Amino acid sequence: MKLFDLFRRRSSSTQDIAAERLRLVLTHDRANIAPGMLEVLKDEIIAVISKHLDIDADKVVVNFTEDNRETRLMADIPVHTARSRRAEGKV
Amino acid sequence: MPGKIITVSSGKGGVGKTTTTANLSIALAMLGYRVTCIDADIGLRNLDVMLGLESHVYYDIINYVEGHCRLRQAMIRDTRYPELSLLPAAQTRGKEALKVEDMVRVAHEAAEMAQFVIIDSPAGIEHGFRYATAPADLVLVVTNPEVTALRDADRVIGLLEADGYAPAQLILNRYNPELVRKNGMLSAETVVDLLAVDLIGIVPEDSKVLAASNQGQPVALDDRSAAGRAFRDIARRLSGEDVPIEALQERKFLRKLFGSRRKELA
Ligand SMILES: Nc1ncnc2c1ncn2[C@@H]1O[C@H](COP(=O)(O)OP(=O)(O)O)[C@@H](O)[C@H]1O
Ligand SMILES: [Mg+2]
Repeated sequence: MKLFDLFRRRSSSTQDIAAERLRLVLTHDRANIAPGMLEVLKDEIIAVISKHLDIDADKVVVNFTEDNRETRLMADIPVHTARSRRAEGKV
Repeated sequence: MPGKIITVSSGKGGVGKTTTTANLSIALAMLGYRVTCIDADIGLRNLDVMLGLESHVYYDIINYVEGHCRLRQAMIRDTRYPELSLLPAAQTRGKEALKVEDMVRVAHEAAEMAQFVIIDSPAGIEHGFRYATAPADLVLVVTNPEVTALRDADRVIGLLEADGYAPAQLILNRYNPELVRKNGMLSAETVVDLLAVDLIGIVPEDSKVLAASNQGQPVALDDRSAAGRAFRDIARRLSGEDVPIEALQERKFLRKLFGSRRKELA
């Protein structure tokens, strides 16, 4: 397979770029939210969660996943615990 | 039993709706079915020209709806294929001249006399889209393998799903397998994957399409045209035959030879 890989492009092809851009517009269109608004939403989620939990705001990831025309909003929010604080040497 | 009403739609203009309507209508007539195609692009009549029937137009759909002629008078019979007839659009009126319930009535009346009624819709997702899709048993969404056209197709599919009226199937038009192989064009697999919709056919980019439209002889009539063959295959699928999609078969074969890229990545 390695030899065959030589014949494949290394960097992103037009095809890959088109697929990624299409995926992005479809997701936002289907969820009816402008891409920029997702950032605003993320900040609000961080603000709300922070009231109750000690979270690592910099590492929060909020995005959509798509499966067979079903859209889900996924939020990955790392929570600080006694152990993680120790690991980061903050205590 | 009334015929099946199929609407050809897209959202975006210029992707090949009228070409598709003309070719599927001819191809179904070639298979021996009674077909009526309806030009619902009021104000931008084109289906008559693509079918080479423009000099036979006397009345149009609006004349009929407004009671100035009978349906049979407005319908033009194709001399090449007497099974095929065309109900032309009005050229000097606006889309608002056709109400949704009028279109539904006309389509159902046409379906009493034909086995297939194929409706060519105007571009857009407003009133013209609404009346054209309202009577449909099936909507064929035509698109091209480019991000803008695919985004619009997805909008149309979403609207149809929200209405819950008719199922949608995709026609990927102007496909260039050579360019796909060179990773310069979205592949049919990716398109189907992202749009999550049934694919009923892939029509290749074919320079014969333009000449055919200029001559009023749709490519479906041309044995040597690749696009013509693709349209004839779609017509057979519409008639219930199980015809494999050629462009996908080719890729399956290549993948068998070289193994799929997905597997390599895994
Ligand atoms: N498979 C194809 N290969 C090459 N040209 C095509 C193909 N399908 C459509 N075209 C061209 O694209 C243009 C727009 O087609 P048309 O059917 O009028 O689109 P629409 O009705 O969606 O506006 C026409 O010039 C037509 O010749
Ligand atoms: Mg058209």
